[in-house]
Amino acid sequence: MTSSMLNLSTSIPWLSILGAVPLVGSVVVLLLPRARETMAKQVALGFSLVTLVLTVVLALGFDAESSAPFQFAEKYEWISSLGISYSVGVDGIGLVLVALATVLVPIVMLSGWNDVAPGTTGRGTVKGYFALMLALETCMVGVFAATDVFLFYVFFEVMLIPTFFLIGRYGGAQRAYASVKFLIYSLVGGLLMLAALIGLYVVSANVLGQGTFDFMQLVGIDIDPGTEKLLFLGFFIAFAIKAPLWPFHTWLPDAAREATPATSILLIGVLDKVGTFGMIRYLLPIFPSASQWFAPLVIALAVIGIIYGALVALGQTDMRRLFAYSSMSHFGFIALGIFVFTSQGMSGSVFYMLAHGLATAALFGVGGFLMSRRGGSSLISDYGGVAKVAPILGGFFLFAALSALALPALAPFVGEFLVLLGTFERYVVIAVIATIGIVLSAAYALRLYQKTMTGPVAPGIDGMKDLGGREFTSLFPVLALTIVLGVIPGVALNVINPAVDRTLTTVGLSDPQPGLTGTEGGQP
Amino acid sequence: MSGVLSAAIVAETFTFPKIDYGALAPILIVGAAAVIGVLVEAFAPRGARRPTQLILVFGSLIAAFVAVVVHAGVRQLDGAGSVALDGPGWVLQGAILLISIVGAMLMAERQVDPAGDAFAARASTLPGSEDERQFSSRGFLQTEIWPLMLFAVTGMLIFPIANDLLLLFVALEVMSLPLYLLVGMARRRRLLSQEAALKYFILGSFSSAFFLFGSALLYGYSGSIKFGKIAEAISGNPGQNMLILVGVGMVAVGLLFKIGAAPFHQWTPDVYQGAPTPVTAFMAAAVKVAAFGAILRVFYVIFGGLRWDWQPMLWVIAILTMLVGAIVSVTQTDVKRMLAYSSIAQAGFILLGVIAANPAGLRGAIFYLVAYAFTTLGTFAVVTLVRDSTGEATHLSKWAGLAKTSPVTATVFAIFLLSLAGIPLTSGFIGKFAVFTAAIEAGAMPLVIVALFASLIAAFVYGRVIVLMFFADPPADPPAVVVPSAFTTLAVAISVAVTVVLGVIPQPFLTLLEQAGVFIR
Repeated sequence: MTSSMLNLSTSIPWLSILGAVPLVGSVVVLLLPRARETMAKQVALGFSLVTLVLTVVLALGFDAESSAPFQFAEKYEWISSLGISYSVGVDGIGLVLVALATVLVPIVMLSGWNDVAPGTTGRGTVKGYFALMLALETCMVGVFAATDVFLFYVFFEVMLIPTFFLIGRYGGAQRAYASVKFLIYSLVGGLLMLAALIGLYVVSANVLGQGTFDFMQLVGIDIDPGTEKLLFLGFFIAFAIKAPLWPFHTWLPDAAREATPATSILLIGVLDKVGTFGMIRYLLPIFPSASQWFAPLVIALAVIGIIYGALVALGQTDMRRLFAYSSMSHFGFIALGIFVFTSQGMSGSVFYMLAHGLATAALFGVGGFLMSRRGGSSLISDYGGVAKVAPILGGFFLFAALSALALPALAPFVGEFLVLLGTFERYVVIAVIATIGIVLSAAYALRLYQKTMTGPVAPGIDGMKDLGGREFTSLFPVLALTIVLGVIPGVALNVINPAVDRTLTTVGLSDPQPGLTGTEGGQP
Repeated sequence: MSGVLSAAIVAETFTFPKIDYGALAPILIVGAAAVIGVLVEAFAPRGARRPTQLILVFGSLIAAFVAVVVHAGVRQLDGAGSVALDGPGWVLQGAILLISIVGAMLMAERQVDPAGDAFAARASTLPGSEDERQFSSRGFLQTEIWPLMLFAVTGMLIFPIANDLLLLFVALEVMSLPLYLLVGMARRRRLLSQEAALKYFILGSFSSAFFLFGSALLYGYSGSIKFGKIAEAISGNPGQNMLILVGVGMVAVGLLFKIGAAPFHQWTPDVYQGAPTPVTAFMAAAVKVAAFGAILRVFYVIFGGLRWDWQPMLWVIAILTMLVGAIVSVTQTDVKRMLAYSSIAQAGFILLGVIAANPAGLRGAIFYLVAYAFTTLGTFAVVTLVRDSTGEATHLSKWAGLAKTSPVTATVFAIFLLSLAGIPLTSGFIGKFAVFTAAIEAGAMPLVIVALFASLIAAFVYGRVIVLMFFADPPADPPAVVVPSAFTTLAVAISVAVTVVLGVIPQPFLTLLEQAGVFIR
């Protein structure tokens, strides 16, 4: 019955091992002597590659057609007095996001290889930088793999700490400000979620007789409508801050500008996905009727975000802030796809999460290389004609810009297209408005490319070195994956679709009209 | 005739109370050690005093802890009902003893200050006088601190198990009087320390008077000072009565003063700042556990039937305490004062467990107390290590860039701050979680929302200190982190271990609390 390519023993705790490897790596790196900087980097990269290989093994062993909601599931008692267990497992959505995280970590390590070199703005130690990234990787694996709501919350909150230090110790001049702003926004969300979490526990204690945080038990429990709405809001605001949706987004541009490009990739590429992942995994199945009740509001916020983010991106003079606002616009698409409650929309959202992670890695990666050649300046006006001087860099920059504007045959296009398709089935007007966002994204992406890469060579650009071997190596996998997923999206969609269908079934909704999608697994 | 009659009544009513001395051993051991300590001060030669006292202190505290473990299964009223030996009481006594052991380690430290320990060479000399200089230069140590500390611990051990108002009052005073003295005995900044001691003494006496007046009213209402009898009187007379309401209020004032709940918190920042830091650590941790133990018992056992009358009062006090503590701590520039205000806020969070008035609240409050106590011991222990030429560098600006010069110290302090902020995987988080859950179960959702808001403000304060230590550059004359002796090192190590272990694997302690059950009458 199994359709996985690899038969993995079920007695091995695969996901725990996957999460533990980076954590062990983090400790090992920290224990290395401070002077052995290169060794620290190599060891860290080694651990992240081992994690990547394990992920590939897991992906091959994943059975897309399995009827079990979660695979590689593990469950151990943790705090039984409070109904808390250590339980992990992945469905297609979780697997795709775990893969995204583990793919991006080695890439950002390569691209951030010299972030903490002498003379840069970073102030912490080299080994600290890499150890924090590995610690963050553990949290990312944990947050996507948790199947206990409490465990999810623990990773959700603990994730803040390495990120806070990555921004605050290794960023630009305003890094302390940006890191504190990030921390406060995240803590507000975290505390609201904590309130809702405890509320959910008390509700489950009343309904089930004994309180629990086990996701599978919480799905479909009967909650009083008023309470359900309040609990929904507690979780939703936390996720909306993380994602971030308009109007909870103002921490993002500051963090993106002050953090190193490597941190930004992890922050925007993976961490922000936790918000939208949480919406699919927790909001919809546990609070189905509140989700539908609030859907118009969320859709409105999403559409405002799409248009607002794109418009503000058009007006940016700073490249990294532009990337941040463009991401915000794209997060609008992701949220939109989730809350239109169609299988295309939600599959599109999940796919877009993956694609956007890659697009972010491309943008911040190549943008970071560009900035490092111009003394770290991210002002668009400092650049011009770069493509003439450094054609490979220019080529990658064009590719990054095109994937940001969702050119067909690149992965983001598939995501945006499916989201719009799913939206169109239910809300034609919303789909039309959201499409304006795509037009605007073409405008800001091409404007950015034109100003920095074409035209007369700006002062300080002549003699700019083209991409080196390390830089090329860190960008190439991103390029390759973006194209592969753009051309044969079925690789990922086959894994995503069953999980999406299961989620929609728990919400109790099916598509308004059957079969507009060409991919398998759509709901009949 | 009447003489015969009254003699008959006396003969009939007076039976000598049966006392289980074995079960009271923890109190007796520590109390006896304190008395012997006084004798050591009187008769032992100067050079032998410190070693003797240290053996006495650690020996008696450890022996008392063993006695607690041995008798932990006992569940009975003892001493004619004036002492309640029950699960929560044993857990609290055990916690107080462990906290005292760690606190004593900090007080025993002699290596961080080149002039000696944290206490004045001779507390009776005038600050700045020639006498003081001479005593200091000869390296005298004020070893009376040890019997004082043991007396305070004796009081603390009685406090959470006292089951009648008079014994509770005696325990309160036995605990407080030595502490008033200890607060005034700092080696450096002595005027500040003495001022703090006087403030603490005057306000403390005032609150004791409130407590005593309240007890008198409760006696007048019920005709007994025993908790169980008062509770019976209350449940036997439904309906409100001024005597009982005012009595509850005044007893509460006396107890709330000890935990530093607003609006009875004004002494806290001054005393925490002025006291020798090891004493601050000991007080902040142990007094809070003992006093909350008493509050929990009083409100659960005596006033359980009056819940609807006192809950609104405690709601107001809890909200005030959380908000005042959190908001005022934002403006502090002295690390000890900042921690003082944060301890006020924490007291507010623990009050949620009292207000919940259910077994989960009791367990949560005790868990929170133990978690908070060890984290606090650790924070103040770190404060004793960061020094410049004038002593402890308590101004926050001096802590800038600490991670550069001493990454381990900064990381340890950050762990404590994260626990105080309630970040997952630390003991502080589980404590908050347990207390908030109990409060929501009891229907106190608005209170929990206020608590979360206060947590956010407090987290901002702690986050700012982390930013300062890790992201800022050191000042021009950075303080040095001195290398302490094994005493402080061990104390910090224990505190970190408890903070992390209770955060990651809290289940064993939660199980212990579940087995401990609830208060008996």
